[in-house]
Amino acid sequence: MKLFAGLRAFFRERYQLGALADLATHKTVPLHRHTFWYYWGGMTLLLIGIQFASGVLLLLYYRPSAQEAFESVRFIMTKVQFGWLVRSVHAWAAHLVIFCAMIHLASTFFLKAYRPPRELTWVTGVLLFFVLLGLGFTGYLLPRNTLAFFATKVGTEIAGVVPIVGPIVQMMLRGGSDVTDVTLTRFFWLHIAVLPLALLGVVGLHLVMIQLQGMSKPLSVKTDRAMPFFPHFFLRDLVGWAVVLGVVLCISVYWPATLGTKADPFAPTPAGIAPEWYFLWMFQTLKLFPSHVLGLEGELVAVALTGVAGLVVLLVPWLDRPARQGRTHWLVWAAGLIGMTYVVGMTGYALWIGHHP
Amino acid sequence: MAEAEESCVECHRQIETSAVSPTQVMDHDVHMQRGLSCSACHGGDPTSMDPTVAMDSAKGFIGRPARADIPQLCARCHADPATMRKYNPNLPTDQYAKYLTSQHGKRFSAGDADVPVCTSCHEAHGIRSKKDPNAPVYPTNIPGTCATCHTDASIMDRHGLPVKQHWEYSQSVHGQALLFRGDRSAPHCASCHGSHEAARPGTIAIGNVCAQCHALTRDLFAKSPHKAAHEALGLPECEVCHGNHLIRKPTDDLLGIGPNALCVQCHEPGSQGYVTAQRMREAIERLKTQLADSEGIVKHVAQLGMDMGDAEFEVHEASTKLTQARTYVHSFSDEAMEPIVEEGVQHARVAKQQGEQGLREFHFRRQGLWITLLIVGLLIIGLLLLIREIERPRPPDAS
Amino acid sequence: MCPKQFLTRRAFLRSLLKGGVLALLGATLYPILRYLYPVKGAESVVTSVAAAKVDELAVNTAKIFRFGNRPGMLVHTPQGELKAFSAVCTHLNCTVQYDEDASVIWCACHNGKFDLNGQVISGPPPKPLESYQVNVRGDDVIVSKASV
Repeated sequence: MKLFAGLRAFFRERYQLGALADLATHKTVPLHRHTFWYYWGGMTLLLIGIQFASGVLLLLYYRPSAQEAFESVRFIMTKVQFGWLVRSVHAWAAHLVIFCAMIHLASTFFLKAYRPPRELTWVTGVLLFFVLLGLGFTGYLLPRNTLAFFATKVGTEIAGVVPIVGPIVQMMLRGGSDVTDVTLTRFFWLHIAVLPLALLGVVGLHLVMIQLQGMSKPLSVKTDRAMPFFPHFFLRDLVGWAVVLGVVLCISVYWPATLGTKADPFAPTPAGIAPEWYFLWMFQTLKLFPSHVLGLEGELVAVALTGVAGLVVLLVPWLDRPARQGRTHWLVWAAGLIGMTYVVGMTGYALWIGHHP
Repeated sequence: MAEAEESCVECHRQIETSAVSPTQVMDHDVHMQRGLSCSACHGGDPTSMDPTVAMDSAKGFIGRPARADIPQLCARCHADPATMRKYNPNLPTDQYAKYLTSQHGKRFSAGDADVPVCTSCHEAHGIRSKKDPNAPVYPTNIPGTCATCHTDASIMDRHGLPVKQHWEYSQSVHGQALLFRGDRSAPHCASCHGSHEAARPGTIAIGNVCAQCHALTRDLFAKSPHKAAHEALGLPECEVCHGNHLIRKPTDDLLGIGPNALCVQCHEPGSQGYVTAQRMREAIERLKTQLADSEGIVKHVAQLGMDMGDAEFEVHEASTKLTQARTYVHSFSDEAMEPIVEEGVQHARVAKQQGEQGLREFHFRRQGLWITLLIVGLLIIGLLLLIREIERPRPPDAS
Repeated sequence: MCPKQFLTRRAFLRSLLKGGVLALLGATLYPILRYLYPVKGAESVVTSVAAAKVDELAVNTAKIFRFGNRPGMLVHTPQGELKAFSAVCTHLNCTVQYDEDASVIWCACHNGKFDLNGQVISGPPPKPLESYQVNVRGDDVIVSKASV
């Protein structure tokens, strides 16, 4: 204990750590019936941390080449001690991180936490969500099993629908006109270098903004009750983290990530190819969309609508004008609810269809 | 001289009737490629540009050889080792002699105009080497070449021959391998019937014909009680069970006493053969069950992410024994088959044990999880207690 | 409320938390350290394997070794060369064996025979046996697949 005290003194003398500590101790977290939703951001953060740690570990044995990708993942799962656990944790935490981020995003929307002066916190949050989706998409291919290979083929196909830039984006993603072994290298590069760096940067911004501005209080909450961030809220955060850790471990051990079969690029696309669950609603929309809408190609319209939806989500702080003036409007609430119902409904429908062909 | 050599070609190229056709295919003709020209077969004087001189019968011109003369015409060179040595020393010179012994040749000698002569299979002009994939006598093309006549009912009816052999063959394992997978080691018509000497193999010879490839099966058969029985009854060995042209991939159902079993066609219930058939089938089924059993568990455990390399190796050994046991059906003795089946069963058992071992290891991992969860649980309780501790309203005297 | 009791309670809580954190740290670090520990003699893709010791095989004998999850065969030919092949017959995937009397590779299932270059001599196999490279490294005979 003396050692810790000495170290603390050492740093306090040299760097103005006091200011940071003050920030944490003076910051308060509003206490009301919606406080529960404040924990989801922290859980997402922990899961991102788990992903970085397990990802770094996987990198030790993974080999990003067409010949060796599948074998090296199998090697990790069968030969390396606890390799099965590391890979399972990475695979499951990937699902959970997107799940937590979705809940965090939705709760922030309905609590209208994006009101001024926190517009940029919202924007960085949405960007983080997109980066997480990108990490999920690129990571899915890396074991190079049959399912992932063909899902990637379909996924990158969608990018090509957009006029003019689509084919270029598609070619840049695939590293050629088709999903090949070059694609694997590119996805690997995105997954372990580009996107994690982006994530790190934006997460930093996001956190600094929150620490500087404090937590937002919903419009409906009138009381000024609050608890100190440190240690009261922080300890509760830790409880949430412990729960998440337990859940990740349980799922990873009881439903370990499987490997499937090695992808054969020349084989015909197997039946029942589906992307990860968080892309299912888009996938299902594309499937259900009429082939022609108002003389335009249906697929193009669907992709355009998805793009517009993404843009709308990004610009919510400016689009919700009543909230800027401190008022709630039923229309915003309804739009959010419809959007969420649509995504959940489509995902559910796609899952149901997948099990009852 | 070299120019004049071409006089046949030069004139015939310009003729607008069917007489032009030989010049259109002769580029890939093996004889032309080796420097032999039209006159080698047709006679005449190719050095003269004057048609009357060039095609003067006094100069040996024979025009279009009569069909009945063709075998002998070809044999002039192809049955003469001294001539053939100059062009292709490896080519046999017994084709004509063999042809005369074949069913085709015998009927040809009797004046039958239906039977093929050399040019029927090899073409007259534009003859290709049998190594040329476009040759009608290239292995993958042979069934089609034979079928030009043997599927033609108007010819076959005259000789009381069936026309379905080609269809049957193309459905068979051999036909599928050769015609659809392009596997040139698979037998075609000539592999069993001979080419120039084509004829039926004959009842007793069938075993020898099949044994060209299936030697072990024949050896087993020859040592089995079936050998003497087939000889005594004049039965055509392999063909009795497997057929001739329509040889399907044999299934285990052919063995034993079931509804599709062949054994019971001869062996009556209660007889020695009946019992043996039943036992052999049981042995095969025993190994199959064991194999499927261990394969299932090994695959399952491998998918769980456990290392099943050793077990997969054992499964492979067990399936080798199954294949071998199926061959040993032809010993028609359950005693000969038993040790092989037993060995396979042992391999399958080892694989199963290794699979189960892997499964136990997999479950063992869960115990580690519970320990970790216990720690996490304790930590959560500790944290909750700490929160309560901190937020407990302090008694006024505590401060 | 007795202060002494309060103190022991608090001390207990602190030690519980400290112990919990340490245990969790241990439970996390233990698998990670085991994970980082090098895997002995294993490669993610089996492209080569030590099939035998140099003096293990007498002339005109052979041995079956495990190559990945398939068998391979190392032959010491009568001419004194070391040669290696896939021991999986190209006909129906049986494991082949070495026939010392005839110095050929023989498949017991259907009597397929291969010469010591892996080429088919007789029987039903449609293709030659896949042959591997053989190198001697120290005491070990290393058999490897040609790099793809």
